[in-house]
Amino acid sequence: MKAYIQGTGCVSAQDSSIFPETIREYEGNRLPVADPDYKQWIDIKQIRRMGRVIKMGVAASHISLQDAGLKMPDAIIMGTAYGCLADTGVFLNKLVTQQEDMLTPTAFIQSTHNTVGGQIALLLGCHAYNNTFVHGAFSLENALQDSLLFMQEDPSRKVLAGAVEEITDYSHAILSRFGLYKNGVAAGEGAAFFVLSAEKNANSQAELTAVEMLYKPASKEETGSHIEKFLNRNGLQPSDIDLLITGRNGGDDSYYEAIEADLFATQPVAKFKHLFGEFPTAAAFALWMATGILKKQEAPKAIMVKGEAPAKIKRILIWNHHNTTHHSLILVSAC
Amino acid sequence: MSKGVWIAGGGVICGIGENLHACLDAFEKMQPGMATMQHLHSVHAQTFPVVEVKAGNAALAERAGMPAHWSRTALLSMIAAKEAIQSAGIGELKQYRTGLVSANTVGGMDKTEHFMEAFLTDQSKGRLKEVVHHECGSITELVADALAIRHHVSTISTACSSGANALMYGARMIRSGMLDVVIAGGTDALTRFTLNGFNTLMILDQQKCRPFDDTRTGLNLGEGAGYVVLVSDAVAEKVKPWCKLSGFANANDAYHQTASSPEGIGNYKAMQGALQMAALEPADIDYINLHGTGTQNNDSSEGLAIERLFAPAFPPVSSTKSFTGHTLGASGGIEAVFAALAVKEGIIYPNAQFTTQMKELPFKPATTFSRGNTLTHVMSNSFGFGGNCSSLVFSK
Repeated sequence: MKAYIQGTGCVSAQDSSIFPETIREYEGNRLPVADPDYKQWIDIKQIRRMGRVIKMGVAASHISLQDAGLKMPDAIIMGTAYGCLADTGVFLNKLVTQQEDMLTPTAFIQSTHNTVGGQIALLLGCHAYNNTFVHGAFSLENALQDSLLFMQEDPSRKVLAGAVEEITDYSHAILSRFGLYKNGVAAGEGAAFFVLSAEKNANSQAELTAVEMLYKPASKEETGSHIEKFLNRNGLQPSDIDLLITGRNGGDDSYYEAIEADLFATQPVAKFKHLFGEFPTAAAFALWMATGILKKQEAPKAIMVKGEAPAKIKRILIWNHHNTTHHSLILVSAC
Repeated sequence: MSKGVWIAGGGVICGIGENLHACLDAFEKMQPGMATMQHLHSVHAQTFPVVEVKAGNAALAERAGMPAHWSRTALLSMIAAKEAIQSAGIGELKQYRTGLVSANTVGGMDKTEHFMEAFLTDQSKGRLKEVVHHECGSITELVADALAIRHHVSTISTACSSGANALMYGARMIRSGMLDVVIAGGTDALTRFTLNGFNTLMILDQQKCRPFDDTRTGLNLGEGAGYVVLVSDAVAEKVKPWCKLSGFANANDAYHQTASSPEGIGNYKAMQGALQMAALEPADIDYINLHGTGTQNNDSSEGLAIERLFAPAFPPVSSTKSFTGHTLGASGGIEAVFAALAVKEGIIYPNAQFTTQMKELPFKPATTFSRGNTLTHVMSNSFGFGGNCSSLVFSK
């Protein structure tokens, strides 16, 4: 099962062009979203009450629907590893400091993981299928896979799929204590959405050819062989990949390098987390970028690690891993 | 459906029983599980009855074969998943392409809320091992790793409909030929976070909850876990499956972040969609396991949606939450097990605490336990915050 990407939208640490005129650089180990003017998409009265992660999700989903020229999707399928951290933090703080007394409902209401998907549906008046995956670095991938399976049941369906994540002061302090942001790794956040359709038309920007997850491989060899088999199942060899986008995060990237040397020795390689930061659903930004690259047939210089993208870019493989335990493979093709 | 998805077994742990057999016993003896909380520490302990699993973490950890310092959510999940796998009789999981799709709403929050006490005084304080499993997905992975499941591991969180959506996703993966076996359902432990959250919404009953009763004033929170074992046609041929998952649908109410639309638009669409997939008419449904939380809003919306879809003939209906309380992310999984078993053994579950029919509805819930009914098709409803509404249909 494959699908066509009809529209994309993102709210990230960079501006919304895949060829940004200036790349925003940040001090320290945190790449916050460059907040757009949310009034473009959300009523000003609602903006004040809405959590930041909801605003990001609503904005990115609206941009993608606009880009696709679609008013009402047939499904909204989301991924988020951490969910609505800010409101969770607010409610927890009051719960502890006020000893369960005099609490108010707003933060609790906005703390549930399906808040963003629910709000997108509410603002669109969309009664369709609505699902939220909350599985760490597999959250986006499961949302994409559910989208593909949902369209398989009825190929006329159009799905709004995406991922959101937010950094908060609490989460950043805790994740820093776990040692996540050492050696130049920076925390990221943002929202990226895609309108997917099983049917190709003039608006199709790229083909989402296949998505795959690999959980806790026993060795680098298993990972390499899994990547090769994934490509084979899609009728491809590693040498057919015109651009490999990896999840290098500036920390220990040796796992990528070792398998690349084995499978993709002559292929051009790119990265994206220096622009968007590291977070469990970061691969959504690689997919957003890959769609733009295939549409424009050009790869921005700022992302290249090794080699140059060929003049004709037909196939991009996104390979992201989280702690070497969660590998995601997203194959995207020109259409 | 081109390919079938079968229920080969199920397992439950909740406040009325440590396994499915014990739960059935509680239904038969009309013993709901509401009591003063013993294991959760909250200032509201004397105010709100809850339906706790009647065991401490040390005892649960022993049954689960997991360390006692792990989140109670993971311990409950493991116990129910193991029971489900044993009951399925499909032999060792490693011979199949097996997935675990588990739902929960607050992950390891039971530990996080304790961590926060120290962390909020000084951000360098608090033991990190108390937040290492905070994420919802992390709970699922603890169980997947303990069961040696690697082909597919995922977590869904759509509030109170989470568990039902886990069954749908699992079924889709089996139908597409990706997996042979999926352990699907949900888990949630009681936490102060959810207890206080529901309290701010003023929908907790200080008495035993009274679903679909005109005198209802709110829900009781419960905890637990429930999983079914979904299998493909090929695996089903080797065993005697309980029933088939013949239809499912998920729709959004798109009305309010926490409240249901008065007429239950999302509820109606979910039930209608599930019937459509199963190629059934409303009259084919022999029993409905209601979402039936006991709140004014839910029961009225759900009831009116059932009236619109099923009138003039209503199948027996009941809410097992009148026994188990509302187990949130687990409820869709627990009630899927109850519904699947209802088809297998012809069981209609009683609705406890019922006295007065709702004025706006032309039907009332079943109030006695019965076995040996001819139930060909059973529907299970799960609705939640964010407008998420899901219905499942189980068939002989």
